[in-house]
Amino acid sequence: MTAFSALIGRELRMAVRNGGDVLTLLLFFVIVGAVVPFAVGPDKDLLALLAPGIVWIAAFLSMLLGLDRLFRADHEDGTLILLRGADLPFSAVVAAKVIAHWLVAAVPLIVASPILAVLLAMDMGGFWKTVLSLAVGTPALAAFGAVGAAVTVSIRRGGLIAPVLIAPLAVPVLIFGVGAISTGTGPDQSGAALLFLAAISLMAAALCPFMAALAISSGED
Amino acid sequence: MTDRQVFSPLVLGAQGLSCGRGGIMLSEGLDFRLEAGRCLLLRGPNGAGKTTLILTLAGIVTPMEGRIALEGVDEEDGPQLHYCGHRNAIKARLSVLENLEFWASVNGPTGLSPMEALDRVGLGAIAGLDAGYLSAGQGRRLALARLLVTQRPLWLLDEPTAALDIEGHKLVETLIDDHLDQGGLVVAATHDPITLNDPTRVEILAIGRAS
Repeated sequence: MTAFSALIGRELRMAVRNGGDVLTLLLFFVIVGAVVPFAVGPDKDLLALLAPGIVWIAAFLSMLLGLDRLFRADHEDGTLILLRGADLPFSAVVAAKVIAHWLVAAVPLIVASPILAVLLAMDMGGFWKTVLSLAVGTPALAAFGAVGAAVTVSIRRGGLIAPVLIAPLAVPVLIFGVGAISTGTGPDQSGAALLFLAAISLMAAALCPFMAALAISSGED
Repeated sequence: MTDRQVFSPLVLGAQGLSCGRGGIMLSEGLDFRLEAGRCLLLRGPNGAGKTTLILTLAGIVTPMEGRIALEGVDEEDGPQLHYCGHRNAIKARLSVLENLEFWASVNGPTGLSPMEALDRVGLGAIAGLDAGYLSAGQGRRLALARLLVTQRPLWLLDEPTAALDIEGHKLVETLIDDHLDQGGLVVAATHDPITLNDPTRVEILAIGRAS
């Protein structure tokens, strides 16, 4: 377990020292949310209606943009090969990196979501639902993203292929993520959507490290 | 360093081993048997397949034919080998000591303490420096220190002396000597002459086209 925590600790320490990376993604998240009112117009009711979707799209894009830093630097300086000789299974190494990626790329977004809530004229109830739905749904984005990043890590300049590759996988996350905030007209089904979202996250977190580890191993071969 | 045997006697054997990359076979029909306390030097021109053979032995590249066996290993034991490649796997924004501490905890802190290992490779004085400021040779020394913080019987060294000065070259030879004394095995691909205390412990394997 010490090896596992050392991996997470190192990722966090590096994220803090290269603070720019995290800050860039965070600003991107806020800016996507901030420009939408200019494009849609200042109609408060319309904005409040669109808000869940906008928040999720901003989170989605910002997490996809951060994918490249998950494995590429480690691949280029040789760390990834050496980690295969670590005293724990390689899929556990990948799982540690996914957890660290979630802590670095998703938690700041959740912390910054009040800014978007204000910009998009959300009410208090909607805001708490948004925080909950982001917290439950972003682990799935991180896990699916790890598979995309792992598949493309051996491709030079493959940075933007990963997001394109995993976008279809991430569609259910978006559907249920937005559904957990508002279900539009009809009976309220946000609770059920939240449970579906949690199920997707758990499945992705359990399976994706194995897939990503396999993709990296066969990529080096 | 102690002269006693630390590792259980292992034998690295290859039978009819052919390895290559990208579908091109580089070395064909290799047979060798390396016993504990012995060093195998891989010689051959650039592009002969030395690195590929080392990666194959490390289990990163699958052999095209033949098989590799490390005899005498208990299934319960963890990874048995250290691979030290061209790239030093150093994170520029972590200090020299933090880099090494990371590898000690990931690979298992079974060897020297990170600080002792740094003193051993001559980086003790700059343990707190950001690793990004290291020169190529110092980076190499840090990569070698990683071999010392975790005890593993088989060392696979790819150009261990690259970028090292004369003193560093000596250091590599001493490290290999000490490792062999402990009953370890070393496979090293290098163009530089490696002079060990006991030259009879060295075997040479020529790779690729005869030159």
